[in-house]
Amino acid sequence: MSILLAAEGDGFVSPGPSDFVYPGILGSFVTKPILIIVLGTLAVGVFYYLAARRAAVVPDKMQFAGESLYGFVRNDIALDAIGHEGMKFVPYLATLFSFIAVLNLSGIIPFLQFPATSSIAIPLFLAVVSWVIFLYQGIKRQGFVKYFKDMMFPPGIPWPVYILLAPIEFFSTVIVRPLTLTLRLTFNMFAGHLVLLLFILGGEYLLVHYGGIVGIAAGSVSLLGSIVLTFFEGFVQILQAYVFTLLSALYIGGALADEH
Amino acid sequence: MVSSTLLAGALAATEPSPLLPHTSELIVGLVAFTLLFLFLRAKVFPMFEKAYAERAQAIEGGLRRAEEAQAEAARALEQYRAQLAEARTEAARIRDEAREQARVILEQLTTEARETAARIVTRGEEQLAAERQQVVTQLRAEIGRISVELAERIVGESLADDERQRRVVDRFLAELESSTATTAEQR
Repeated sequence: MSILLAAEGDGFVSPGPSDFVYPGILGSFVTKPILIIVLGTLAVGVFYYLAARRAAVVPDKMQFAGESLYGFVRNDIALDAIGHEGMKFVPYLATLFSFIAVLNLSGIIPFLQFPATSSIAIPLFLAVVSWVIFLYQGIKRQGFVKYFKDMMFPPGIPWPVYILLAPIEFFSTVIVRPLTLTLRLTFNMFAGHLVLLLFILGGEYLLVHYGGIVGIAAGSVSLLGSIVLTFFEGFVQILQAYVFTLLSALYIGGALADEH
Repeated sequence: MVSSTLLAGALAATEPSPLLPHTSELIVGLVAFTLLFLFLRAKVFPMFEKAYAERAQAIEGGLRRAEEAQAEAARALEQYRAQLAEARTEAARIRDEAREQARVILEQLTTEARETAARIVTRGEEQLAAERQQVVTQLRAEIGRISVELAERIVGESLADDERQRRVVDRFLAELESSTATTAEQR
């Protein structure tokens, strides 16, 4: 869109939120993010299916890769953050991690090149699922009253402090947690994509439309920088998937712990 | 949510709001995620757990088998040692027995030899005594006869001088000696 505008001679239009809105490919429902969600989900499913098909004692490369990924979530996230009860949540957390990682990485996969998680819908529903799980586990384990009482009135504090502390604790646990989960992931991906767009589209504009020695030099630097930034984005995308999964596990672990 | 909708509405004129979730993405995302979760939980993750468990079991089984083999080897070694010790004891016993038998046999032989020697000596002495007796008896008869003969000669000869007498006696003795010699030669 910005390329078209630039070509019309209006000067460079920096990329913005409008670049995250895609017209429908087939009708108005099937847009690029929808396609990426479907493709990403299929890719994860096929990858794991191929990895687990034989489930041999001596794994081949594919099985080793799948097991490593699953084992990482199982041992380093679920069992570390939740403890021995973590095994119950490994399927959810492993699916969560793989799903987010693939939809993040779609931002740097050639031809897709759009992180589906930068569209707030996906982080939002994932955060809501994690939120429901940890609240449900906390209430189931400790009872409705005790869970909220332990959350809002931690023992060993003089009572006037509770006037201030109780709303803050409630707010931070029940409201802030899903919000930060959602916004952290969404805007990390959003900002990363925006920066990549800026470097690539800006580089192109400088190189093709601005011209001259300055334009060619600055455009080349910008495009080279976009390659470096792409690798950096890949790192951030994996890291954010890890952060989302780890925080979900920590919230579940906190809800299951007897003492608050 | 209301405020974000308002905010989105206010921004809609110029820019779409990144805070406004797309309903289609919510639905597709949730369905895709749920299906993926159900599939992975049912078909994939149990297989991984199975592989982990089998691997752990295989390693433990290998260790156990190795331990068993070691124990078996130790048992065999112990058995061989016991057998060796038994064999040594047996050999020592046989050697002792042989030595004892040799001693007994030697003793027996020595006793027998001593007895045989004693018997031979006794028989020789007896024989000697018998021969001596025989000689004495013979001599006694001879001496009587010879004495008579000598007396006859002495009486028959003249008894003039001692010289003659001595000659007679010498001659007699010479005869006697020669006869004894012949007797000895005849024997």
